[in-house]
Amino acid sequence: MKANDLLELAGRNLRESGFRNSLTTLGVAVGIASLVAMLSLGAGLQGLVSDRFARSGLFNTIGVFTARDMRGMERNERRSGVMEANARPLDAEARKNISALPNVAEVYPEIRLLTDVTFQERTLFTSVSGLSPSAKQNEAFEKMHGKFFSGPEAEEAILHVDFARDLLAPAGTPGDAFPTPGGPRAGNTPDVTDAQLDSLVGKEIVVHYGERQAVPTPPEAPAQKAGRVVAAKKDAAGAGGTDPAADDTEGQTVSFSVVRREQHLKIVGIIDTEPYAGITASSAARVFLPVGLAEKLHPAMASSLRDIMQAKPSASENYSALIVRVDDPARVQPTQDALKKMGFRTFSLLDATKSLRRVFVIIDLFLVIFGSVALVVASLGIVNTLVMSVLERRREIGVLKALGASDADVKRLFFVEAGVMGTAGGAFGVLIGWLIGRLINFGTNIYLSNQDLPHETIVLLPLWLIGGAIAFAVAVSLLAGIYPAARAARLDPVQVLRYE
Amino acid sequence: MTEGANAPEAIRAENVCRHYTMGDTVVRALDGVSLSVHPGERVALVGASGSGKSTLLHLMAGLDRPTSGRLETQGRNLASMSPEELAAHRRGTVGMIFQAFHLLPRMTLEENVELPLRLAEVPREERGARVREALDRVGLGGRAAHRPGELSGGEQQRTAIARALVNRPSILLADEPTGNLDSRNGEDIMRLIHSLNESLHMTVVLVTHERKLAASFAERMVVLSDGRLAAEGRPGDPAVEALQ
Repeated sequence: MKANDLLELAGRNLRESGFRNSLTTLGVAVGIASLVAMLSLGAGLQGLVSDRFARSGLFNTIGVFTARDMRGMERNERRSGVMEANARPLDAEARKNISALPNVAEVYPEIRLLTDVTFQERTLFTSVSGLSPSAKQNEAFEKMHGKFFSGPEAEEAILHVDFARDLLAPAGTPGDAFPTPGGPRAGNTPDVTDAQLDSLVGKEIVVHYGERQAVPTPPEAPAQKAGRVVAAKKDAAGAGGTDPAADDTEGQTVSFSVVRREQHLKIVGIIDTEPYAGITASSAARVFLPVGLAEKLHPAMASSLRDIMQAKPSASENYSALIVRVDDPARVQPTQDALKKMGFRTFSLLDATKSLRRVFVIIDLFLVIFGSVALVVASLGIVNTLVMSVLERRREIGVLKALGASDADVKRLFFVEAGVMGTAGGAFGVLIGWLIGRLINFGTNIYLSNQDLPHETIVLLPLWLIGGAIAFAVAVSLLAGIYPAARAARLDPVQVLRYE
Repeated sequence: MTEGANAPEAIRAENVCRHYTMGDTVVRALDGVSLSVHPGERVALVGASGSGKSTLLHLMAGLDRPTSGRLETQGRNLASMSPEELAAHRRGTVGMIFQAFHLLPRMTLEENVELPLRLAEVPREERGARVREALDRVGLGGRAAHRPGELSGGEQQRTAIARALVNRPSILLADEPTGNLDSRNGEDIMRLIHSLNESLHMTVVLVTHERKLAASFAERMVVLSDGRLAAEGRPGDPAVEALQ
């Protein structure tokens, strides 16, 4: 029998016992609705957490370090303890090359200083770091006092609330200017009101720093001069020509000096929490300025001292670390691999996301198991309905066989009936599940509103779940149809037509 | 009816047995029956209840299989056919009518008659004409949209005949077709079957326990008794009459 004839006959049979079949279909719908509601909840929660993580900026970020550095943080590298003195430096050219990698959205240097900051005649020693424009998306800036930097090189500062408290504390109070990531705030700074914090916005602070200035120096010049720290190129002859890079700068010695400078910054905002949860070195600071401005200042950092000790100091400064932001967290691994191939060491929180995915897979599994219970019950309903149908339609089955229906035709007819109930139940179930999800979202958001919290999408119905749920309903229905269909196909037409 | 000398027999049974096991007892519903039916012939299988005539008809229809022996229709042995081949035999080679009509009550006459066409996967566009032709042939062309419950017994049996004819089988198997009808309707049905036999040159095997009806209809009568062929011959033959 052709498919459209099977479908037509199945539809006719289902309509004939409409009420019973509707109840069975409703059973499937309830089962699917429970499954869809459970999985939507799982998908919604996963989406919520993933979104939070994406906005945290932690999972699409890679820290890049030179292989000379100890900061690769990879276990095997730490174990080996091997630092490559001739490894590729993390300089302007490297930054350019990294920027050209596919999927790299942004590359900026990690700039962090421990320095003096003056505010209204009062100087505090604290950490200052540069923030990229993309940090604006970070949730730390969602509920800030004031606003984010007006431009990538704006002479503006954003303060951490702890530092702001220290600024507002009476002179002579020992402050909490040094960050203690994750630790409780020191209790010796007084609580301040929002109005007091807002009063800081628009005021000016002065950051004192040492500017690194390149100084070309003749070869015979002394290695050290008063008031300057000079890094001298090692004598090429003295090195015995073992250093291949020395040829490039032969006959020229390069040094740099550090000059005391200050930068006036207008306070534009105050944040309650550290951006990127304070995990990256540059985020665990108390005063933030635009990274573009920080770069322009050419501040001498701790890594500058290492440059002095290096055999090959250069006029252009080497970055202590570059932060690479990838456009998609899924592209972190290939980008990390590419960076390693370029000769750098890297660090990302990719492993943490893997663990997270594993947790969600387990949660989804449990939700599917609980959601499937109702569907199992519904499938028993299908078995029951179809077995009843076989008993009621014994004569019809006998007549069909006498007229030339094969066992396979009879089986297919019952499978199609089961499939139609599954499809209809699945579609209706998805609709009910979606409505339940909407209801949960609605109720949750009312609660969140009452708690003065932003609205969230707790339950999410992705397209794959709609298709998957209907396909699952059909599969379960077909499975439930196996026994009744086999029973119908086994009927002996001679017996049936004789006694019915 | 005149047959060509080399024409294959419409039905040929050779030592056909159909035994059932019921507990420890073996029931010999058919026990070594051999007979031939020529194309276009009208044959009546007669005998008392339990003589095996319906069993033989079911074997000819491909609804059942012989326990042993050969049963051929148009040269093909039904005993060795696969279930699919037997279903194809029921769809194309034979048409069957029953004492209880066995129409599907929730379908109209048109839909009932269309069923074998659906099973035979006849293209949808051909079906309407073939259903109308079959219903016209049995005189029910005007009642195609009615349901079986709205018809008399005779009309229902005519519908069943139209359903049996619609796939243009070469053999019509009728199992007590007048058993549920009054004598007048029964005669009408037998006239209809007779006319179909003549106009369509269709082989007809009729099972009945009414000897008079069988004698008026059949060219040849086969008498079964206790699962065995007791006698066969033209109506009025002394051997056949002796068993009445």
